[in-house]
Amino acid sequence: MLAALAAMLVGSSLVLVFFVAPEDADQGLSQKIFYFHVPIALTAYACFGWGAHKALLLLWRKDERYDLESFVAIHQGTIFGALTLATGSIWAKASWGHWWLWSENQLVLFLVLFLFYSAYFMLRFSLEEGPRRANISAVYALFGIVLVPVSFLAIRLAENVIHPTVFTREGPQMSGTMFFTFCVAWIAITSLAYTLYRLELLGKRLDSNLRELREALSS
Amino acid sequence: MSSGEKYLAAAYAVIFVTVLVYVAIIAAKLTRLERETAELARLAQARRHERG
Repeated sequence: MLAALAAMLVGSSLVLVFFVAPEDADQGLSQKIFYFHVPIALTAYACFGWGAHKALLLLWRKDERYDLESFVAIHQGTIFGALTLATGSIWAKASWGHWWLWSENQLVLFLVLFLFYSAYFMLRFSLEEGPRRANISAVYALFGIVLVPVSFLAIRLAENVIHPTVFTREGPQMSGTMFFTFCVAWIAITSLAYTLYRLELLGKRLDSNLRELREALSS
Repeated sequence: MSSGEKYLAAAYAVIFVTVLVYVAIIAAKLTRLERETAELARLAQARRHERG
Protein backbone atom coordinates (compact mmCIF):
# COMPACT_ATOMS: atom_id res chain seq x y z
CA MET A 1 0.00 0.00 0.00
CA LEU A 2 2.74 2.40 1.05
CA ALA A 3 4.92 1.32 -1.90
CA ALA A 4 2.01 1.83 -4.33
CA LEU A 5 1.39 5.32 -2.91
CA ALA A 6 5.09 6.20 -3.22
CA ALA A 7 5.20 4.92 -6.82
CA MET A 8 2.06 6.89 -7.71
CA LEU A 9 3.46 10.09 -6.17
CA VAL A 10 6.84 9.69 -7.90
CA GLY A 11 5.03 9.07 -11.23
CA SER A 12 2.82 12.15 -10.70
CA SER A 13 5.78 14.34 -9.82
CA LEU A 14 7.66 13.20 -12.95
CA VAL A 15 4.64 14.13 -15.08
CA LEU A 16 4.50 17.55 -13.38
CA VAL A 17 8.25 18.12 -13.78
CA PHE A 18 8.42 17.21 -17.47
CA PHE A 19 4.99 18.21 -18.81
CA VAL A 20 3.47 20.86 -16.52
CA ALA A 21 6.20 22.96 -14.86
CA PRO A 22 7.41 25.75 -17.17
CA GLU A 23 10.99 25.92 -18.40
CA ASP A 24 13.16 28.33 -16.40
CA ALA A 25 14.02 31.54 -18.32
CA ASP A 26 17.65 31.64 -17.08
CA GLN A 27 18.74 28.03 -16.80
CA GLY A 28 16.47 26.32 -19.30
CA LEU A 29 15.84 22.58 -19.01
CA SER A 30 18.64 21.86 -16.54
CA GLN A 31 16.68 23.79 -13.85
CA LYS A 32 14.28 20.80 -13.72
CA ILE A 33 16.99 18.95 -11.76
CA PHE A 34 15.96 21.24 -8.86
CA TYR A 35 12.61 19.43 -8.39
CA PHE A 36 14.34 16.23 -7.27
CA HIS A 37 17.72 17.55 -6.09
CA VAL A 38 16.30 19.74 -3.29
CA PRO A 39 13.73 17.20 -1.97
CA ILE A 40 16.46 14.51 -1.96
CA ALA A 41 18.75 16.82 0.05
CA LEU A 42 15.92 17.67 2.50
CA THR A 43 15.12 13.95 2.83
CA ALA A 44 18.79 13.21 3.60
CA TYR A 45 18.68 15.82 6.41
CA ALA A 46 15.40 14.30 7.68
CA CYS A 47 16.91 10.78 7.67
CA PHE A 48 19.94 11.94 9.67
CA GLY A 49 17.56 13.71 12.06
CA TRP A 50 15.42 10.58 12.39
CA GLY A 51 18.55 8.47 12.99
CA ALA A 52 19.68 10.87 15.74
CA HIS A 53 16.19 10.81 17.31
CA LYS A 54 16.27 7.00 17.43
CA ALA A 55 19.83 7.12 18.80
CA LEU A 56 18.65 9.42 21.60
CA LEU A 57 15.78 7.02 22.38
CA LEU A 58 18.27 4.14 22.54
CA LEU A 59 20.49 5.95 25.02
CA TRP A 60 17.51 7.09 27.07
CA ARG A 61 15.34 3.97 27.16
CA LYS A 62 18.07 1.33 26.63
CA ASP A 63 15.87 -0.51 24.15
CA GLU A 64 18.01 -2.23 21.46
CA ARG A 65 15.38 -2.05 18.73
CA TYR A 66 16.19 1.67 18.38
CA ASP A 67 19.75 0.76 17.38
CA LEU A 68 18.55 -0.94 14.18
CA GLU A 69 16.08 1.89 13.47
CA SER A 70 18.83 4.51 13.90
CA PHE A 71 21.21 2.52 11.69
CA VAL A 72 18.66 2.09 8.88
CA ALA A 73 17.74 5.81 8.97
CA ILE A 74 21.41 6.82 8.73
CA HIS A 75 21.95 4.29 5.93
CA GLN A 76 19.04 5.89 4.04
CA GLY A 77 20.38 9.37 4.76
CA THR A 78 23.79 8.43 3.37
CA ILE A 79 22.25 7.06 0.16
CA PHE A 80 20.14 10.21 -0.26
CA GLY A 81 23.21 12.29 0.60
CA ALA A 82 25.19 10.57 -2.18
CA LEU A 83 22.30 11.27 -4.56
CA THR A 84 22.28 14.94 -3.49
CA LEU A 85 25.99 15.23 -4.26
CA ALA A 86 25.63 13.45 -7.61
CA THR A 87 22.59 15.40 -8.85
CA GLY A 88 24.00 18.67 -7.45
CA SER A 89 27.27 18.09 -9.25
CA ILE A 90 25.48 17.46 -12.57
CA TRP A 91 23.34 20.58 -12.06
CA ALA A 92 26.46 22.60 -11.17
CA LYS A 93 28.17 21.51 -14.39
CA ALA A 94 25.07 22.48 -16.40
CA SER A 95 24.62 25.88 -14.66
CA TRP A 96 28.08 27.03 -13.55
CA GLY A 97 30.29 25.00 -15.90
CA HIS A 98 32.03 23.20 -13.00
CA TRP A 99 31.37 19.78 -11.46
CA TRP A 100 32.51 21.01 -8.06
CA LEU A 101 33.70 24.27 -6.46
CA TRP A 102 35.85 23.95 -3.34
CA SER A 103 35.36 27.67 -2.67
CA GLU A 104 31.64 27.18 -2.01
CA ASN A 105 31.09 26.57 1.72
CA GLN A 106 27.66 25.04 1.30
CA LEU A 107 28.95 22.34 -1.06
CA VAL A 108 31.95 21.56 1.13
CA LEU A 109 29.79 21.46 4.29
CA PHE A 110 27.38 19.01 2.70
CA LEU A 111 30.35 16.86 1.67
CA VAL A 112 31.66 17.00 5.27
CA LEU A 113 28.22 15.92 6.53
CA PHE A 114 28.15 13.05 4.01
CA LEU A 115 31.69 11.91 4.90
CA PHE A 116 30.91 12.15 8.63
CA TYR A 117 27.96 9.78 8.23
CA SER A 118 29.95 7.53 5.88
CA ALA A 119 32.49 7.14 8.69
CA TYR A 120 29.59 6.03 10.95
CA PHE A 121 29.56 2.69 9.08
CA MET A 122 33.32 2.24 9.47
CA LEU A 123 32.96 2.82 13.20
CA ARG A 124 29.93 0.57 13.53
CA PHE A 125 31.37 -2.37 11.61
CA SER A 126 34.71 -2.16 13.39
CA LEU A 127 33.00 -2.98 16.71
CA GLU A 128 31.57 -6.28 17.87
CA GLU A 129 27.80 -6.58 17.88
CA GLY A 130 26.18 -5.82 21.23
CA PRO A 131 25.17 -2.99 23.59
CA ARG A 132 28.63 -1.34 23.42
CA ARG A 133 28.43 -1.00 19.62
CA ALA A 134 24.84 0.27 19.85
CA ASN A 135 25.77 2.95 22.42
CA ILE A 136 28.90 4.16 20.59
CA SER A 137 27.00 4.29 17.27
CA ALA A 138 24.19 6.24 18.95
CA VAL A 139 26.58 8.82 20.43
CA TYR A 140 28.25 9.25 17.01
CA ALA A 141 24.85 9.68 15.31
CA LEU A 142 23.92 12.36 17.86
CA PHE A 143 27.16 14.28 17.27
CA GLY A 144 26.54 14.28 13.53
CA ILE A 145 23.16 15.96 13.82
CA VAL A 146 24.93 19.21 14.79
CA LEU A 147 26.25 19.38 11.22
CA VAL A 148 22.74 19.31 9.69
CA PRO A 149 21.65 22.88 10.66
CA VAL A 150 25.17 24.15 9.85
CA SER A 151 24.96 22.63 6.35
CA PHE A 152 21.36 23.82 5.87
CA LEU A 153 22.03 27.39 7.02
CA ALA A 154 25.29 27.65 5.08
CA ILE A 155 23.23 27.92 1.89
CA ARG A 156 21.52 31.01 3.35
CA LEU A 157 24.46 32.57 5.18
CA ALA A 158 27.15 32.10 2.53
CA GLU A 159 28.57 35.39 1.32
CA ASN A 160 29.67 34.11 -2.05
CA VAL A 161 26.26 33.01 -3.34
CA ILE A 162 26.63 30.86 -6.41
CA HIS A 163 24.39 28.13 -4.99
CA PRO A 164 20.85 29.47 -5.53
CA THR A 165 18.59 30.29 -2.55
CA VAL A 166 15.04 29.65 -3.72
CA PHE A 167 13.25 29.90 -0.37
CA THR A 168 13.75 33.31 1.24
CA ARG A 169 11.88 35.31 3.92
CA GLU A 170 9.70 36.70 1.13
CA GLY A 171 8.57 33.17 0.24
CA PRO A 172 9.49 30.82 -2.61
CA GLN A 173 11.17 32.61 -5.53
CA MET A 174 9.30 30.73 -8.26
CA SER A 175 5.92 30.62 -10.00
CA GLY A 176 2.89 28.89 -8.47
CA THR A 177 3.12 25.91 -10.87
CA MET A 178 6.80 25.46 -10.12
CA PHE A 179 6.16 25.60 -6.37
CA PHE A 180 3.30 23.08 -6.65
CA THR A 181 5.53 20.73 -8.66
CA PHE A 182 8.26 21.10 -6.06
CA CYS A 183 5.83 20.29 -3.21
CA VAL A 184 4.52 17.16 -4.96
CA ALA A 185 8.10 16.03 -5.68
CA TRP A 186 9.03 16.63 -2.04
CA ILE A 187 6.10 14.53 -0.78
CA ALA A 188 6.97 11.84 -3.37
CA ILE A 189 10.63 11.62 -2.33
CA THR A 190 9.69 11.59 1.37
CA SER A 191 7.19 8.77 0.84
CA LEU A 192 9.73 6.85 -1.27
CA ALA A 193 12.34 7.23 1.48
CA TYR A 194 9.87 6.11 4.15
CA THR A 195 8.85 3.07 2.07
CA LEU A 196 12.49 2.07 1.57
CA TYR A 197 13.16 2.65 5.28
CA ARG A 198 10.32 0.32 6.28
CA LEU A 199 11.39 -2.29 3.72
CA GLU A 200 15.03 -2.28 4.82
CA LEU A 201 14.03 -2.37 8.48
CA LEU A 202 11.73 -5.33 7.82
CA GLY A 203 14.57 -7.21 6.10
CA LYS A 204 17.02 -6.50 8.91
CA ARG A 205 14.55 -7.50 11.64
CA LEU A 206 13.71 -10.73 9.79
CA ASP A 207 17.41 -11.47 9.42
CA SER A 208 18.01 -10.91 13.13
CA ASN A 209 15.01 -13.06 14.16
CA LEU A 210 16.07 -15.86 11.81
CA ARG A 211 19.60 -15.84 13.24
CA GLU A 212 18.19 -16.25 16.76
CA LEU A 213 15.87 -19.03 15.61
CA ARG A 214 18.75 -20.85 13.87
CA GLU A 215 20.84 -20.64 17.02
CA ALA A 216 17.95 -21.94 19.13
CA LEU A 217 17.36 -24.87 16.74
CA SER A 218 21.02 -25.82 16.51
CA SER A 219 21.52 -25.91 20.31
CA MET B 1 20.04 16.57 -27.81
CA SER B 2 21.13 19.89 -26.22
CA SER B 3 23.63 19.94 -23.35
CA GLY B 4 20.83 20.98 -20.93
CA GLU B 5 18.81 17.93 -21.96
CA LYS B 6 21.86 15.68 -21.54
CA TYR B 7 22.53 16.90 -17.99
CA LEU B 8 18.85 16.63 -17.09
CA ALA B 9 18.71 13.05 -18.42
CA ALA B 10 21.93 12.19 -16.56
CA ALA B 11 20.63 13.54 -13.22
CA TYR B 12 17.34 11.64 -13.43
CA ALA B 13 19.14 8.48 -14.66
CA VAL B 14 21.42 8.60 -11.59
CA ILE B 15 18.37 8.78 -9.29
CA PHE B 16 16.52 6.02 -11.16
CA VAL B 17 19.49 3.62 -11.26
CA THR B 18 20.32 4.21 -7.55
CA VAL B 19 16.75 3.50 -6.44
CA LEU B 20 16.59 0.47 -8.76
CA VAL B 21 19.84 -1.01 -7.42
CA TYR B 22 18.70 -0.35 -3.83
CA VAL B 23 15.36 -2.10 -4.41
CA ALA B 24 17.11 -4.99 -6.20
CA ILE B 25 19.48 -5.47 -3.23
CA ILE B 26 16.57 -5.49 -0.75
CA ALA B 27 14.59 -7.88 -3.01
CA ALA B 28 17.58 -10.26 -3.19
CA LYS B 29 17.92 -10.13 0.59
CA LEU B 30 14.22 -10.85 1.13
CA THR B 31 14.44 -13.80 -1.30
CA ARG B 32 17.37 -15.21 0.71
CA LEU B 33 15.42 -14.73 3.96
CA GLU B 34 12.41 -16.51 2.48
CA ARG B 35 14.65 -19.47 1.51
CA GLU B 36 16.23 -19.55 4.98
CA THR B 37 12.79 -19.43 6.64
CA ALA B 38 11.68 -22.44 4.58
CA GLU B 39 14.89 -24.29 5.55
CA LEU B 40 14.33 -23.59 9.23
CA ALA B 41 10.71 -24.68 9.01
CA ARG B 42 11.86 -27.99 7.46
CA LEU B 43 14.48 -28.40 10.20
CA ALA B 44 11.90 -27.72 12.93
CA GLN B 45 9.51 -30.24 11.36
CA ALA B 46 12.27 -32.89 11.20
CA ARG B 47 13.03 -32.26 14.90
CA ARG B 48 9.37 -32.73 15.79
CA HIS B 49 9.28 -36.07 13.92
CA GLU B 50 12.46 -37.21 15.70
CA ARG B 51 10.91 -36.48 19.10
CA GLY B 52 7.68 -37.87 18.48
